[in-house]
Amino acid sequence: MSAARNVALAVWDFVVGDDWITAAGVAVAIAITAVIASAGAAAWWVMPVAVLVLLVQSVGRALRGG
Amino acid sequence: MVGGLLLVFGLQWLRKAILRAAGLKALHDETALFAEETERARAQAPGDERAGIDPYAFTVSFKGVLLEGLEVVFIVLTFGANQHRIGLAAVAAVAAVAVVVAVGFAVRAPLARVPENALKFAVGVMLTSFGTFWSAEGAGAHWPAGDAALLVIIPGLLIAALTIVSWLRRAAASRLVGRSA
Repeated sequence: MSAARNVALAVWDFVVGDDWITAAGVAVAIAITAVIASAGAAAWWVMPVAVLVLLVQSVGRALRGG
Repeated sequence: MVGGLLLVFGLQWLRKAILRAAGLKALHDETALFAEETERARAQAPGDERAGIDPYAFTVSFKGVLLEGLEVVFIVLTFGANQHRIGLAAVAAVAAVAVVVAVGFAVRAPLARVPENALKFAVGVMLTSFGTFWSAEGAGAHWPAGDAALLVIIPGLLIAALTIVSWLRRAAASRLVGRSA
């Protein structure tokens, strides 16, 4: 149990790192892109906008966290 | 999926590089870090050798190489899989290893002389740019001008990141002026 937990934590740390909100934001942005694209509309702009917002927010959180 | 993971990696790299470039996060002092880690390793397992190998040093080295190596393998596979050219990506990765070893042998400079943050800044911009491109494509979006969109995404993200660095530096400087006034 402890080993499985350690492996899960290592995978989480490897993939998500110390900012899970950014990882969740990326997932949400991809989902929004998929929804818009499946409706037949232009969806390419969603990811660049999301990346800029997530980057600024991530830097801001890092500053507030010290 | 792979584009999204690449993007998550890239954003983490880029955030740390931006904070270091703005002077809000300490730059790595490799010389001091090496001395500190060596001292800590000596304190943890003094003279504990088995068959000529220090198990503590072996474990620390193995863990570091495994983690960093996995990250590189992940990036190479992502690039190769997206272009359906894993073989070419593997050959390029081997060539990169050969170049790094050759340059390292020729220069033989300590790690402290490598412009670490500039490298990480560039890697962060590239990972985030390719992650943005592929995650949008993976979600079904079509980029105007196809692959050529990267020629706009990469410089655009670089400019955005440098703008954030510049803004953070100005904000930090104005705070210092405000405190001293």
